[in-house]
Amino acid sequence: MDLQSLVAKGLAEIAAAPNAAALNDVRVRLLGKKGAITEQLKGLGALASADRPAAGARINKAKLSLTAAIEARAAVLERQAVASELARGALDVTLPGRGQRPGALHPVTRTRLRIEEIFRRAGFAVAEGPEVEDDFHNFEALNIPVDHPARALHDTFYFSDGRLLRTHTSPVQVRAMMTTPPPLRLISPGRVYRRDSDQTHTPMFHQLEGLVIDENISFANLKAMLRRFVSEFFEKPLAIRLRPSYFPFTEPSAEVDCQCALCDGAGCRVCKYSGWLEMLGCGVVHPNVLRNCGLDPERWSGYAFGMGIDRFAMLRYDVNDLRLFFENDLRFLAQFERA
Amino acid sequence: MKVSLAWLREWVEVNPDVAALAHQLTMAGFEVEGTSPAAPPFAGVVVGVVLASERHPDAERLTVCTVKGPAEAPLRIVCGAPNARPGLKAPLALVGATLPGGLEIKRTKLRGVESEGMLCSARELDLGDAADGLLELPVNLPTGADLRAALDLDDTILDINLTPNRGDALSVLGLAREVAVLGAMPLRMPAIDAVAPRSADTLPVRLLAPAACAKFAGRIIRGLDRAAPTPWYVRERLRRAGLRSLGALIDITNYVMLELGQPMHAYDLRRLTGHLEVRYARPGESLTLLDGSQIALDPDMLVIADATTAVGLAGIMGGEKSGIASDTTDVFLESAWFQPAVIAGRGRRLGLVTDASQRFERGVDPAGQERALERATALLLQIAGGTPGPSTVTVAGEHLPRRDPITLRRASLRRLIGIDVPADRVGAILAALGMPPTRGDGELTVTPPSWRFDLTQEADLVEEVARIYGYNEIPDIDAPMPQRPAAAPEGRVPPERLALTLVDRGYHEAITYTFVDPVAQRRLFPDTPALALANPISAELGEMRVSLWPGLLRAVGDNARRQQPRVRLFECGTKFILQDTVLKEISSIGGVAWGDALPEQWGERRRVADFYDVKADVEALLEASGRADEYRFIVEPLACLHPGRSARIYRGTRSCGWLGELHPEQARALELAPPPILFELELDITSDAVLPAAQELSRLPSVRRDLAIVVDEAVTFSQLRESVTVAASSLLQELKVFDVYRGKGIESGRKSVALGLIFQDKSATLTETDVDAAMAAVRGRLQQDLKATIRD
Repeated sequence: MDLQSLVAKGLAEIAAAPNAAALNDVRVRLLGKKGAITEQLKGLGALASADRPAAGARINKAKLSLTAAIEARAAVLERQAVASELARGALDVTLPGRGQRPGALHPVTRTRLRIEEIFRRAGFAVAEGPEVEDDFHNFEALNIPVDHPARALHDTFYFSDGRLLRTHTSPVQVRAMMTTPPPLRLISPGRVYRRDSDQTHTPMFHQLEGLVIDENISFANLKAMLRRFVSEFFEKPLAIRLRPSYFPFTEPSAEVDCQCALCDGAGCRVCKYSGWLEMLGCGVVHPNVLRNCGLDPERWSGYAFGMGIDRFAMLRYDVNDLRLFFENDLRFLAQFERA
Repeated sequence: MKVSLAWLREWVEVNPDVAALAHQLTMAGFEVEGTSPAAPPFAGVVVGVVLASERHPDAERLTVCTVKGPAEAPLRIVCGAPNARPGLKAPLALVGATLPGGLEIKRTKLRGVESEGMLCSARELDLGDAADGLLELPVNLPTGADLRAALDLDDTILDINLTPNRGDALSVLGLAREVAVLGAMPLRMPAIDAVAPRSADTLPVRLLAPAACAKFAGRIIRGLDRAAPTPWYVRERLRRAGLRSLGALIDITNYVMLELGQPMHAYDLRRLTGHLEVRYARPGESLTLLDGSQIALDPDMLVIADATTAVGLAGIMGGEKSGIASDTTDVFLESAWFQPAVIAGRGRRLGLVTDASQRFERGVDPAGQERALERATALLLQIAGGTPGPSTVTVAGEHLPRRDPITLRRASLRRLIGIDVPADRVGAILAALGMPPTRGDGELTVTPPSWRFDLTQEADLVEEVARIYGYNEIPDIDAPMPQRPAAAPEGRVPPERLALTLVDRGYHEAITYTFVDPVAQRRLFPDTPALALANPISAELGEMRVSLWPGLLRAVGDNARRQQPRVRLFECGTKFILQDTVLKEISSIGGVAWGDALPEQWGERRRVADFYDVKADVEALLEASGRADEYRFIVEPLACLHPGRSARIYRGTRSCGWLGELHPEQARALELAPPPILFELELDITSDAVLPAAQELSRLPSVRRDLAIVVDEAVTFSQLRESVTVAASSLLQELKVFDVYRGKGIESGRKSVALGLIFQDKSATLTETDVDAAMAAVRGRLQQDLKATIRD
């Protein structure tokens, strides 16, 4: 076979080599010790000496071009091999990850922590106290003597020795006033109990009460704090309005309505088309309460407020039945896995 | 309290815009919970008068009436009512009228006779329950007039939620007083004149408990017409207030109570012996009340009695014996004043909350007894005739509530409200509330009116001024706050941190009731005394929990029944432990894992969560304290846990919780398979954290040697660790256990444990000789202490 045909055939074989081993076979056949090109070089001796340089140069050129082609082909095959190895190792990235999935905090806890955070930033401390209380701390110190009509509003769970389950977290505040000298700024979240069970009442629920005692604390200060709190909680500026009400432990006393956070006061199902939501009770601490706790009402004054954490949670997370909070249905709890 | 706007309007000018009036009242502390029309919508109903009535030719029960309405020509109306008779005025629905519920009246034939409209009963117009006859209208109503106008049915009823401190407003008079103040209008107090007696008949009254009943006004009226019907307007006003008509006598006492706020009682004079006395109940005394219930009287209950026996529970309900009967003609009227504290709570104790007790326990105007008595007498005479005796008022003046002067300082007002309300304004507000002030230096002094039981000290006046001035007129002012930086102590692990650790490990937070089913709790904790509620809401919520587990297990069961295949729940809360009768409230965190260890997934083999899965969760909680090495898991028995798969957890010597698999028998009883794994920690103990103290890092390489040994099954890892640590010298930095194997190649009753020992010296590079020596010591110790066989 003449050199030209040999080269052409060789280049074709190189280009067709499917893998490194096949390419090596081609190389050996062409350039190996007994390869076709090697044989051509060996055959130079048989030529006339005048022809040798030109023939030699031709063969060497052929050899160089074949070598270059082999190297180029080898590089291609190498890349292909890597690529196919990677392809073999490819994963289905859409399959879910392995292992445990996160659970969730209870929405009431989540709400409580959020409210606590708001008041902590305003300088309030978080205080806790017993859930089984005595009559003094739950009622009498708070200006609710035995047979006071207001007791009818606190359907109370009793134990045989006269102790009771606290009907609000106010006893925590009583204890704080009796033990810590003012100024006081605290909130007391916790479980409270009233003997009541229907669609909108559960015998156990969550309250958070706040208390500020200092010199010259006024109703105007209370209003400022509550308006900021409500707007902070719902993350939008909301108006509040205060309605005169009655609590034995505050005077003046007020119910606080907040502009409906869902419809911004336009009226909706949640606010019963009034534009307002009843959110808190509050007032200026009654002088009898200060006195009962050993504080001089001529020197100290303060404000107190209380709210249902569950109610805030219902409004915040669009929960329409209070009882869901205590049924511990995983289908409900799992909805609070986000964030 | 339900109040008719028309009635209120008799006493004071009211805002014709009902919504505006309701808002005004609400913003003054009289929350208007709702407004409703006095009558449902109906139209085309007029006052008809029956001119003649005849039997229907073809129907026994029907009559054919000739009725005059608005038109000149009378109408023929077929009617089934037994009281259809000539002269009767009754509601006449004309053809084309619409009745409540939308029924349209058409010309119809009834048994062949055409009826040109319909005569109506009270129920057909939704004006009462009576359906057994036509509604009998007052004869003085103009024939043909529109019924709504004739009966003032386009009235509105306000439903007001009164706060317990404002008993003085539990009447038309009381509410009118407030409306007058708010609208700066005069109160139109009707003249109530004394009725001149026409007999000398009196009944002696003795106040034997003068502190409890300091005033008792009464009067005898004889010869009342027992058949006299209650006038329409009285019946209708009672209805609008939510009261039923019970006959003229009782209706009048109720009417006066609604109007003036003074509860009254009428006794059948025939049933009273001798005299009346007001006294505390005698030991063992009992009384049958008007509602027929027999009650045992406590010695702190006040009764009205005659010479022989108790005839009423004072201020709450009258007795059956002397109650008004259908043939009563002679009565004794009572209009008394009782000390609120003596009435308060008594009714509730008996399960009786009456219109009277509600008023007396909040405080009834001690100046209003005579007025109410005269009002009731006048109305009764007008309706039922009769001969009145003189009004007798028995008083123990020293026991009537005194209203002492109260001084309101300008400085207090500013201090408590936060702003200066102009002095003139303050004075005007107090005067409007019935207590014109006298001025002093920077202060005003007032004497509250007799009806205001809630005004006793300065703060009460501050509230009144703020209330009438308007809470929402008071600006928002930020309180000056002292700068007191404060942070939670770093030496305590906050419970939220633990909660989030569990959340990250796949648990959902539960909130269960703190009171639990005593039966379920006893099954789990037969030996732990629990605090029982005296008045639980139901038997299943009868006692305080001694552990978080009863609630959590119940939640697991509920979820299992809802077809959840896998439940992991935790709760933070209090458990209630009685230690020698002393109650301890212990803040705890507890959890339960039931079902698969992992959510169902493609990449992990399914297996049931076991002790060690949950132990890792517990360890994660304990590690938050920074001192996991202080905790030990000790085998101790707890009735509700699997004896071989549970441990009590100690921090040092203090027990702080439990971890274990629910006892198989308990799991069977709860129908939970496989048995759930439970844990509970006491936060007081486990939350004590240590501040991290950084250790110097060694730059020298560490050396690891592995060691496989075979020991008896009974040998615990804790024992192995103890022996290895003692033997290995301080060079041992870490001990790992990386395999525990039983089965082929290991004789039964023994197990193979593979340990990894990591040695490091802080000051010098370890030599092979050092490590060999330490390993030899470890091997020797294990062989000696624990009869370990070394595998190589």
